[in-house]
Amino acid sequence: MIKIVKRDQPSKAIFFFTPVLAIFLTLIAGGIIFYILGFKPFEALKFFFIVPIADKYGFSELLLKATPLCLIAIGLSFCFKSNNWNIGAEGQLTFGAIVSGGVALLFYDQEGFYILPIVILAGAIGGMIYASIPAILKTYFNTNEILVSLMLVYVSKLILDYLVVGPWSNPEGFNFPETRQFSDSARLPLLFEGLRIHAGIFLALAAVVISWFVFYKTYLGFQMKVSGFSLKTAKYAGYKGKKMIILVFLISGACAGLAGVGEITGPIGQLHREVSPDYGFTAIIVAFLGRLHPVGIIFASLVVAITYLGAETAQIFMQIPKYTGQVFQGMILFFLLASDYLLFFKFKLIGSKK
Amino acid sequence: MIVDVNFVGLIIASIMASAVPLILASCGELITERSGVLNLGVEGMMIIGAISGFALMTVTGSLIIAVFGAMLAGVLISTIFAFLTQTLITNHVATGLALTIFGIGISAMIGKNFVGIPGKEFPVLFEGLKDTIPLLSPILFGHSIVFYFAFALPFITSYFLKKTKIGLIVRAVGDSPESASNQGINVRFVRYACILYGGAMCGLAGAYLSMIYTPQWIENMTGGRGWIALALVVFSTWNPIKILIGAMIFGGLTIIQFHMQAIGVRIPVQFLTALPYIVTIIVLVVISRDSRKIRLSTPSSLGKSFHKDN
Repeated sequence: MIKIVKRDQPSKAIFFFTPVLAIFLTLIAGGIIFYILGFKPFEALKFFFIVPIADKYGFSELLLKATPLCLIAIGLSFCFKSNNWNIGAEGQLTFGAIVSGGVALLFYDQEGFYILPIVILAGAIGGMIYASIPAILKTYFNTNEILVSLMLVYVSKLILDYLVVGPWSNPEGFNFPETRQFSDSARLPLLFEGLRIHAGIFLALAAVVISWFVFYKTYLGFQMKVSGFSLKTAKYAGYKGKKMIILVFLISGACAGLAGVGEITGPIGQLHREVSPDYGFTAIIVAFLGRLHPVGIIFASLVVAITYLGAETAQIFMQIPKYTGQVFQGMILFFLLASDYLLFFKFKLIGSKK
Repeated sequence: MIVDVNFVGLIIASIMASAVPLILASCGELITERSGVLNLGVEGMMIIGAISGFALMTVTGSLIIAVFGAMLAGVLISTIFAFLTQTLITNHVATGLALTIFGIGISAMIGKNFVGIPGKEFPVLFEGLKDTIPLLSPILFGHSIVFYFAFALPFITSYFLKKTKIGLIVRAVGDSPESASNQGINVRFVRYACILYGGAMCGLAGAYLSMIYTPQWIENMTGGRGWIALALVVFSTWNPIKILIGAMIFGGLTIIQFHMQAIGVRIPVQFLTALPYIVTIIVLVVISRDSRKIRLSTPSSLGKSFHKDN
């Protein structure tokens, strides 16, 4: 007989193994879904996960999509580690893009080395301002941060829509819902000729290094970890809870805002209606899949970025609807959460040893 | 200025119509939360209900099959959530988010073949009485059965929670799963049931949107209503009757948009569309400011997993 037994303490090996298991299970479930939809499962999975990254261009696209995911997820891991449920990164990204885009538009007919740093800074500040709303409401008015941060996503997208259709729309743009092109000095430089991957990737890598340092080498990181385990303990230890809530929200807002900067100053070079294909929401999955660990998040962002590319490729070559990407993302999180069961429980054969 | 009373009645009726999906989803979620479970997948369950209802209606031609099928779809999708959070003891917030992301994706996938197909007319009740009483007639008569059910539901829910034994059990499980368990109540079973019930109501709310309110399938047609429904539960301080008031306010905000545009008020349309979300935030702040009141009315074990070691 097999019995389920509680582990004495969560297994560390399984902690890092379950994300792999979750991805594997997602592939199987995805194959089954493709089969039900009338596609050949292996062929569909190949178009979804291998074809898109088989050449140099595809790999560059992978990094291009993984960059914002990684950046946002790093920021979110500050929140999630300390038990703050910021699920409005999409709004913080959008608002960061609005602020940095607005600054970039001020300089649209100027060139100069000083423009790009200002634009980048503006994006981070925009994200921070927007993230401070749920943080302040949570700390001083006891308001649920999940609902507030989420409602603000809708609001930010409507602000963006208003701006690009109305006051900021390109005067020579034949009423298209987009702004002027930014000047070259406001653009993140491309890394290779003919590929779209841009310098934004260095922002993501910097975030990885800094967050690793903060999490594992500073007192703040320790405080966050304690608060995540038990708010009571954190209070007892005398940590300033309110300050930390605001701080982690600001950090994650800044990261999301920077991701927004990357989206508009990279390959696109202007503001338009859709600055992000829900990177802010998908990054939540990336953060969990990466186990809130900076290195884990790098890998997770690459894996999840494939679902974006795969959805596009599969749509072009096999007429598989592009939403399959979201289905895969949802499934990854389901399976990851489910396999966490193995962290706390193990299956034990009993009876035979009697 | 002469105001046509029947016009006023029509506006009130249209506000009520837009409140229906919010009432249904909120009342469902309220039962789930009263049992101690926080299901953030409302948006996902609603959109699944919307596509299931519309697809079944198109394929089978039967409105009854479609409505009940949508509820069943809500139940099925919430079973995933129930299994994960109750049997595998996963985090409620993360699982609910996964449910929403998954639901939006899978509904768009199924819905691909149903875009642009016109809906069917849904039968309305008491249509003959529509011109009998000024002001009240448009409010009271000529609506779908789902409409009447939605406005009865908060009262039924309130009665259920306060006056019935099962309602008492649900509340006991939400307020103190340990003592409920010690009393011999199967906490996990009760929570499963409450989650599935919530799923059914969200499925119905979605079906109302795609079959009655705007009879067609549009991707993402729930447009954040699921999240507003979640906010309404907090707004109501877990009291079903107050959901009715909240849903009418938000229904009103949705309807105001159209009328403001119609009379030519020069406010950007995006601002009017953003209004329900902004008001939700303001209302949440006002309600939550009194932390003592919130703590007293929140189900004590909300969002916390319960696992009985045996």
